[in-house]
Amino acid sequence: MVCDAATTVAAIRAVAATVAEHRVELTHLDRDIGDGDHGENLSRGFTAVITKLAAGSPETPTAVLKLVATTLISTVGGASGPLFGTAFLRASTSVGAAETLDGTAVAAALTAARDGVVARGKAESGDKTMVDALTPAVNAANAAADGGRGVPEVLSAAADAAADGAVATTPMQARKGRASYLGERSIGHVDPGAQSTAYLLRALAGAAAG
Amino acid sequence: MSVGLVLVSHSRALAQGLADVARQMAPSVSIVPAGGTDDGGIGTSFDLISAAIAQADQGDGAILLYDLGSGYLTASTAVEFLDPEQAERVVIVDAPLVQGAVSAAISSQVGGDLRAVVSGALEARRADGPGGVRSLDDLDG
Repeated sequence: MVCDAATTVAAIRAVAATVAEHRVELTHLDRDIGDGDHGENLSRGFTAVITKLAAGSPETPTAVLKLVATTLISTVGGASGPLFGTAFLRASTSVGAAETLDGTAVAAALTAARDGVVARGKAESGDKTMVDALTPAVNAANAAADGGRGVPEVLSAAADAAADGAVATTPMQARKGRASYLGERSIGHVDPGAQSTAYLLRALAGAAAG
Repeated sequence: MSVGLVLVSHSRALAQGLADVARQMAPSVSIVPAGGTDDGGIGTSFDLISAAIAQADQGDGAILLYDLGSGYLTASTAVEFLDPEQAERVVIVDAPLVQGAVSAAISSQVGGDLRAVVSGALEARRADGPGGVRSLDDLDG
């Protein structure tokens, strides 16, 4: 499989479908320990992304990722707008002018995305945020890429690690975001941002696997 | 010209109401509310904040004050998207929203530069209010 602009668009469509599928569940998770809008917000953002893609598809992977970034930043309305938006923006910058991406480029893009999220939100591992899904995903992706794996294997490794990372947020006490106001009462719930991050990476992996 | 204020809130009504309060003591300062989502829902809007910065910064700079976490995230993203030359004079200040806005607005009204207006907002971090419990010791005493 060649990872070019068309497959990047297909992967983004898969992400949008996943977000729509899990919209209610993500909102319920966010109702437990947040402001109860995560699924709705992400769904609004990716619906807008699909509308923009329907109006004309960008011709390079970097342009696709940048369109996703600016649309999420403008339309999501909650913390996940700037956070996911910054992630896609840094990924867009990371892939540069490349027409096609290999496993190493995808791992580097994920790393840049994670670094952008950390720079924006200033969360560390263990704070019970999306970083707790992203950082294990980045580590797994880089290990797979270093082992010479292609895009499907790199994204599959990232998705597996992110899913484990999301589950591992359950016993954590939130130190960032709205959930941090809950103190110890945030323990015992999956972090919604970590969960949506895991779903997003699973959708990307599924699209790459074809 | 003077240093402008952008009031970032999750609520359109909260930002608008605070702008009304702050303008009472700073009628010639550009105080621009940026509350709620584009359609007036609860949340923060990159586009509204970006437009508010453009309105508030008339050349002397502007400060942004916010209510909760994602207000900061959206505001910092908006500042990052500014031209570098403008970004140098647009400052997000970590201060209590209401008191910070009133204090900063007055600093600007009396002719303060960007540094003075930031200082005005920061005053609100330190200053005691007129009364009320300030610690659990007060409550127990």
